[in-house]
Amino acid sequence: MKIWLTVLLCLLLGVQAAHAETENRLDFDGLYSGGGALGLRFSDKVLSSDGRRIVIRGFMAPPLKADADFFVLTREPVALCPFCQSDSDWPDNILVVYLSKKQRFVQNNTVIEVEGTLEVGSWTDEKTGFVSQLRLRDATFHTL
Amino acid sequence: MKATVMMPLCLGMALLTATAQAAPAIYPVDTARFLGTSKFDFKVEFDREISQSDIDVRINGKSVADVFGAKPEFIKNEEGKGSAIILRNVSLAPGKYAVSAKDGKEEASAKWDVYGTPEKAKAKNVILLIADGLSMGHRTGARLLSKGVTNGMYNGYLSMDTLPYTGMLGTCSVDSIAADSANTASAYMTGHKSSVNAIGVYADRTKDPFDDPRQENIAELLRRKTNKSIGIVSDAEIEDATPASVVSHTRKRSEKAAIVGMFANIRPEVLIGGGSAYFLPRTVPGSKRKDEKDYVEDFRKAGYTLATTRTELLNVMEKSPDRLLGLFHTGNLDGALDRKQLKKGTVSKFPDQPDLTDSMNAALKVLSKNPNGFFLMLEAGLVDKYTHPLDWERAIYDTIMFDKVVAQAQAFCDANPDTLLIVTGDHTHALSIIGTVDDNLPGELMRDKVGIYGAAGYPNYKDADGDGYPDDVNVSKRLAAFIGNYPDHYETYRPKLDGPFVPAVKDENGHYIANAAYKDIPGAQFVPGNLPRTESTGVHAIDDLVVGARGPNADQIHGFMNSTEIFRIMAEAMALGK
Repeated sequence: MKIWLTVLLCLLLGVQAAHAETENRLDFDGLYSGGGALGLRFSDKVLSSDGRRIVIRGFMAPPLKADADFFVLTREPVALCPFCQSDSDWPDNILVVYLSKKQRFVQNNTVIEVEGTLEVGSWTDEKTGFVSQLRLRDATFHTL
Repeated sequence: MKATVMMPLCLGMALLTATAQAAPAIYPVDTARFLGTSKFDFKVEFDREISQSDIDVRINGKSVADVFGAKPEFIKNEEGKGSAIILRNVSLAPGKYAVSAKDGKEEASAKWDVYGTPEKAKAKNVILLIADGLSMGHRTGARLLSKGVTNGMYNGYLSMDTLPYTGMLGTCSVDSIAADSANTASAYMTGHKSSVNAIGVYADRTKDPFDDPRQENIAELLRRKTNKSIGIVSDAEIEDATPASVVSHTRKRSEKAAIVGMFANIRPEVLIGGGSAYFLPRTVPGSKRKDEKDYVEDFRKAGYTLATTRTELLNVMEKSPDRLLGLFHTGNLDGALDRKQLKKGTVSKFPDQPDLTDSMNAALKVLSKNPNGFFLMLEAGLVDKYTHPLDWERAIYDTIMFDKVVAQAQAFCDANPDTLLIVTGDHTHALSIIGTVDDNLPGELMRDKVGIYGAAGYPNYKDADGDGYPDDVNVSKRLAAFIGNYPDHYETYRPKLDGPFVPAVKDENGHYIANAAYKDIPGAQFVPGNLPRTESTGVHAIDDLVVGARGPNADQIHGFMNSTEIFRIMAEAMALGK
């Protein structure tokens, strides 16, 4: 009986956890709901998640600068870096990630999962001048 | 003279030249050949701090002030690198000029060949069509895919094949035998050579990307000397090097936000492309500006009609506005293969993009309203954007599209014979077509399915709808094409149906490694790179370009020429030296 109860409890908790995870999970295709050449539109989900903890999967672009305390999360692996190449630009659906504590760089070939507090709206990083529209603050990540 | 005698002589001369070029540096540089009456900045850099009285700079034996009618500014010490003199916005009458610069210790010299043009223009309109990176492989590939071959005879010619005058262009730079799209396009637009990454300037030693000695560009000349309209069209970002070169002066082509301001200064009657991100204030999602400037609004206030989708473009063209701004993408537009067939790239986000032929139609319609004529520069920018990452199928589809634009231009020339049409690239890539890949050939590895010589036979592309593009790019027997320089990557021997190829990605050491996304594609083969590990994609070739032309002054295009001659031929056709 005890075992059954435990199993049931685990199942219930699991379902709840999974439910919570679905609620807070964003994906790159769902960041913008449309727009065009005159600007993109944040999706309702992004707007309603502003200030909340979210989880998203993507690829970690190589560090921008030695002294940058953030990295860029992209939908696909990227072959560019705006500070080292003159002839390149970021895709427009990037997410800038500020880590809560230092973590090692992960190969750009590997999918990572990042959790952090979503911040929506234009913001300029003081140190680097990097302008971003979407950020994760106080974030951590792990490889999958 | 015997070779043994010649050798030391040549070596000696080479050493002398090297010594003479070391210091001081003279701008315009030695060997410059440029348009008389066109404006330029004259600068001499000395490699140590000297007093003004030590400087002796002479042009054809006369002082700088005597020649230009103004005294140059003396800079005591330029960023700790030495003294300099600079005199901006000067010009010379046609003739041969010998410049000498002495600082009491070192001496340098430069020779300039300043040419004039006739008083009377030969051409009312000039159309310059550039497929960025257009190489022989692109042309042959486009002809094979678009026209086909029967028993060794092509079933038809490309429009660019039929231009009556053909020549070859050399694209070397001031600082390198290699070149990028900034200084190659700049050579067409100013008639001066420049350095890699630089547009409309000689790259000097200072850090500031906007203070380098300027070369007047064709847009400024047209505004100063004619009442012609100016059109600039691209399917890349409009601030990208080639379209930027029509109006810009900067050492760094990546200064795209500033380049938008340079477009606003010139106000071309037609400005069509991608890159709206640099027109939008930073607060707008999708913007890449770092300030609050709203250039869409700025252009609107200046009387421009705006179109941001193909549908809007066709609509606004029903009334044929006097000034047209077309911005169809925050970045580069998508190419023909993605837009017309695969629906990959960014097509889902930007589903209503114009074809380059739509943009060409619109540009010709607006520009030809001016009874004084026009200058149009149109770039098929994605030929290069796809060839860099070794995605030659996409590049060839865009070459087919470019050729359709050439056909439109030729039709315009038929109706308006006072139009000079020049069709070329701006540099080449090492793309070669060597045979076919046949999925049905036996063989364990994909490389065993590459048909060469007699085994290549003919590919089985079909164009049932007759639109000039193969209906399916991924046929069972397709072209075998290879690019001769590359980073580490996986060769898959087939088109990339899921989106443009990303051959390599950067690791934590700054090295590009093969993108594992292609590792598990059946038949994928690891190819170790032959470029420095810091390179993410294939690079430009230094091989000559092919240029074709028709109309007034086109007969000057023949044999081999330095790329700056394109400027001279256009300037002469429009009498810009008058």
